[in-house]
Amino acid sequence: MTAVAEPVDTTGRRFPQWAVLLVASLVGIVLFTLVLAAFTTGGLVTATQQTANALSLGAIYALVALGYTMVYGIIELINFAHGDVFMLGAFMAMTFLTAGFGAVPGGEGATTTGIIVGVAALGGLGFFLGWGLISGLGIRRALPRVIAMAAVVLSVGAIEIGVGQSGAITDPVLLTALLIPTFVVAMVIMAAINVTIERLAYRPFRHASRLAPLITAVGVSFILQNIVQLWQGTGDRGSPQVFPLIKFELLGAQVNVLNLFILILALAIMAGLQTFVGRTRLGRAMRSTAQDQQAAQLMGVDLNQTISITFLIGGALAGAAGVFQGLYFGYVRFDLGFNAGLKAFTSAVLGGIGNLTGAVLGGFVIGFVEVFAGAIGQQRWSQAVVFVVLILVLLFRPSGILGQQLGDRA
Amino acid sequence: MNPLALIGDLVRPALAPFRGHRSIAIVVGMALLTALLPFAVTVWPLSEVQGQKVWLDGFTNAGVFMLLAVGLNIVVGLAGLLDLGYAAFFAIGAYTYAYGASPFSGNDFPFLPMLVVGAIVAATFGVLLGAPTLRLRGDYLAIVTLGFGEIVPIVFLNAEPFTQGTNGIGGIYKPDLPLYGTFTLLNPWPFYLVMAAILTVVIILVYKLGDSRLGRAWMAIREDELAAAASGINTVTTKLLAFALGASTAGLAGVFNASKLTIVSPDQFLFTVSFTVLAMVVLGGMGNIWGVTLGAFILYTIQAVLLKQLNTTFENLSLPHPNFVQYQFLLFGLALVFMMILRPEGLFPSQRRKRELHAAEELGDEEVAMVGADELGNADPSTSEVEL
Repeated sequence: MTAVAEPVDTTGRRFPQWAVLLVASLVGIVLFTLVLAAFTTGGLVTATQQTANALSLGAIYALVALGYTMVYGIIELINFAHGDVFMLGAFMAMTFLTAGFGAVPGGEGATTTGIIVGVAALGGLGFFLGWGLISGLGIRRALPRVIAMAAVVLSVGAIEIGVGQSGAITDPVLLTALLIPTFVVAMVIMAAINVTIERLAYRPFRHASRLAPLITAVGVSFILQNIVQLWQGTGDRGSPQVFPLIKFELLGAQVNVLNLFILILALAIMAGLQTFVGRTRLGRAMRSTAQDQQAAQLMGVDLNQTISITFLIGGALAGAAGVFQGLYFGYVRFDLGFNAGLKAFTSAVLGGIGNLTGAVLGGFVIGFVEVFAGAIGQQRWSQAVVFVVLILVLLFRPSGILGQQLGDRA
Repeated sequence: MNPLALIGDLVRPALAPFRGHRSIAIVVGMALLTALLPFAVTVWPLSEVQGQKVWLDGFTNAGVFMLLAVGLNIVVGLAGLLDLGYAAFFAIGAYTYAYGASPFSGNDFPFLPMLVVGAIVAATFGVLLGAPTLRLRGDYLAIVTLGFGEIVPIVFLNAEPFTQGTNGIGGIYKPDLPLYGTFTLLNPWPFYLVMAAILTVVIILVYKLGDSRLGRAWMAIREDELAAAASGINTVTTKLLAFALGASTAGLAGVFNASKLTIVSPDQFLFTVSFTVLAMVVLGGMGNIWGVTLGAFILYTIQAVLLKQLNTTFENLSLPHPNFVQYQFLLFGLALVFMMILRPEGLFPSQRRKRELHAAEELGDEEVAMVGADELGNADPSTSEVEL
């Protein structure tokens, strides 16, 4: 069985793993830039910009891949709905940043009917997700229950009202004041949705055949996609790019500050996750559950709660990735999650499924692959290339770059 | 399992229809249904919905999905492997026929041999895709097939010199059978009858396969791969055969569909097709051939007739209503999830599959009892009395 995160093992090695990874990443980034410069006409200047784009894209994939890899590590389920959770997160951020639910369907200002319908629908949704969170996590005491319910209902309410932004905000204080609630709201809601999905659609199959939860996962993915399609239509929906277009110079190239922002924030989130899984009591429960569910239960680990927390974190990360998607690309679409999910899953497999560091590494590699395909003018084949990568990894190294050899369990 | 025995297993079912009584029963049953359906739809209220020709055309399209469901049932129902890109093989069969018989390619091969060719080409791709992934656990197959199902339309879309991209290959020749002549757009009868014949043959073959040594090997793998391997089953070859045979059925359906529509384009083979067929198999009852055939028929009818009819009915009564057709995939998704939760064996379960699905729960309860955590058990008194 795969472990969510192997403890850093330095025995028999001259350097700690993090140092090796850091050096390898830097070398990889430089090499990628040089290769890009060699293959494209723009030279080193364009290549540097492209590398910055690849790092942003990779950060988004990495955040989504973490959700796949954690869930697979702990219950060995490919959560097909995870890509759509990411997509939904992007829609939540978009709805929050624009003028809220009441105004979105028509694209005009909010109408009274729209607001009433919105309040009723989203109020119901808020309580439903709040229930899912409480029930999934098995919160029994009154105060945590109230806090959990309030957090979810308030987040849903915030989305209902919205902040009515459409363009860039140059004032850094205002921007921070806007981005923090955007992340909080999207992450809280997606965490609650992911826990609710696990509670309703996966938990009943804890002891059933392996096929059953896979099939429901596909069903859930389809349901989420179709709900968004009915809600928002099939076309691209513009998402406000509130982050201003500021560029700084790096090696003669103009690099967007947003790239740096996404990379740093994503890495900070990942570092936080690594600390949580590696150092806290709940993280230890997750790791022990991933190693051996029964033994973990015997040691007093609450299995349901631990699995729910895994989904909670996965959902929150997908929510953050969804916010990045809107900020970076400026659009969201109902079928976004399908391709992103496939790419993120490939990232997780590439890095070694069940391995957190591997998922991050895989995410960046896939980001590089995709940007490279775009840079040489073959964007339309990028999906096919990623798929070929997946097949090749499964053929030659099913345990991934960082995974241990696991035989047929892979 | 040695190669000779495998070939024997594949050939025997083809000869067997002439021996078994059940095959005769299937032929008679299908013949009766084929004969009765065209008359049934001329009776009120079905005659009110649409004319007989439209009904027949609809039944033929339903037949394509029934064929797909029977094929996917080999993979998902019998062998227990989740194939999420089944439409890819459907597409490969369709494009094979488009190359075999259209002005675009300049070829004009006859329809019946092309059915076989389409099936073989699809099966070849099934083997190519399955070989690297079937060694791994089932979950990987699911995601790889999902990817494959996504890539195949992209390849057909992007390889414009060979496939005419978005426009697809048009003007595909309709079937031209030796004794009958060329099929036409106006007469749905020949398509209807040919589909009934194909379906009958495929159902008989799949029944025979299910009862053969190979079929038992599939079910053994589905229920416990480790135990199956320990009993001397070559799990990789056996799974690969399931995958290839499932793919070949889709190829067959693809050839038929291309010859009926006379055009193939990438957008006919999106994930929704794979998903719909999976929903049909799950709803009908994984592992039960009649179940999935009925499931396919029911879902297709809901999709193509009932939802449209609801729209018409509401319009006739001038009541405000949502566009019901838009909700079809949401309905399928919900049906899939609720079916898996409430009745995983499907509407028309196969006895063995039912026992297996519920036995797994019981085993779970035992494990739970062993470790002494009481809150995990989803003990349901009705499922603990399994008929043996």
